Amino acid sequence: MTTRVETLLWIAQRASAAVLAVCVAVHLATIIYAVQGGLTAAEILGRTRGNHAWLAFYALFVVAVSVHAPIGLRAIFLEWLRWRGASRDVVLALFAAALAWMGMRAVFAVFM
Amino acid sequence: MKVSVWKGGAEGAFQEFEVPRLPSQTVLDVVTYIQRALDPTLAYRYACRVGMCGSCAMTVNGVPRWTCRTHVDKVVRDESLSIAPLRNLPVIRDLVTDMSEFFDKWARAKGQFHGRRTRDDDFDQVKPSSSERLQADAGIECIGCGVCYSACDVVSWNPDYLGPAALNRAWTLVKDERDGAKLERLRAVAGDAGCHSCHTHMSCTERCPKHLSPTASIAGLKREVLKSLIRGEL
Repeated sequence: MTTRVETLLWIAQRASAAVLAVCVAVHLATIIYAVQGGLTAAEILGRTRGNHAWLAFYALFVVAVSVHAPIGLRAIFLEWLRWRGASRDVVLALFAAALAWMGMRAVFAVFM
Repeated sequence: MKVSVWKGGAEGAFQEFEVPRLPSQTVLDVVTYIQRALDPTLAYRYACRVGMCGSCAMTVNGVPRWTCRTHVDKVVRDESLSIAPLRNLPVIRDLVTDMSEFFDKWARAKGQFHGRRTRDDDFDQVKPSSSERLQADAGIECIGCGVCYSACDVVSWNPDYLGPAALNRAWTLVKDERDGAKLERLRAVAGDAGCHSCHTHMSCTERCPKHLSPTASIAGLKREVLKSLIRGEL
């Protein structure tokens, strides 16, 4: 992988971390707010179904996770397992795709 | 006091010696005493004895230090000392490590100065108060002792990582207004083996005997690489 791509990955990880900092804070605040007086599926769906703001927020959250986690694992694989090269990057690209697919599936499940 | 000293190469063992405590005694004095009075086969490296040459660094009670400027009083624990070769470098024998890879990485980080002018040109004028000059000054007193390299966990995890000293050297040249190879240098220090692998643990900054901050230099390189990427040069 070229220096340029490695630098871009580094920037993507920092940028996604900044997005995640906000998303996690909003997500935690929502959980704390939502569990007041019990938690039901109906209450959650009542908040998220057809709500484009929540759709956009959680879609952004999923994208940030799908970018951030594989790049972090990339360094962990190198430093802990000495695993580098194309095989590692292909596995991580698949992992990123899996995260994005599962995440978006969940987001749409509570939106539709 | 009891002094355990590493004997052997990569495979070896600590050997114990009884060394008298003296006022103002340095760890290098202890090693020299052992070699002169107790075990003439002990291999170790030193030159200047005054903290200039950077050749006497060893691991003292688990911490990399320049031994010539480390007083026994400051590091002795329960009247005992352990002295081992630097971590992250191959051991040649006893306390002597092979520093080739350490210095090869300086070359890989483009640690050589590349002047832009010829002998026919006038001198470059660098104002002592200029921001570039001040930033270069902050990192320029490195003596190449290898203490930061030995303290760095990223080096132990990723043997290709250039390490704090080489990256600090590159930074001082990136900030050298007379140098004409900045872009090649930024390319050399970016990426998985370079500044972007730094975890900002700051062990290098904590241990540097010259109180430099390679961590700050590495952060500076990240900024310069980013700028250069945005300008489309990288």
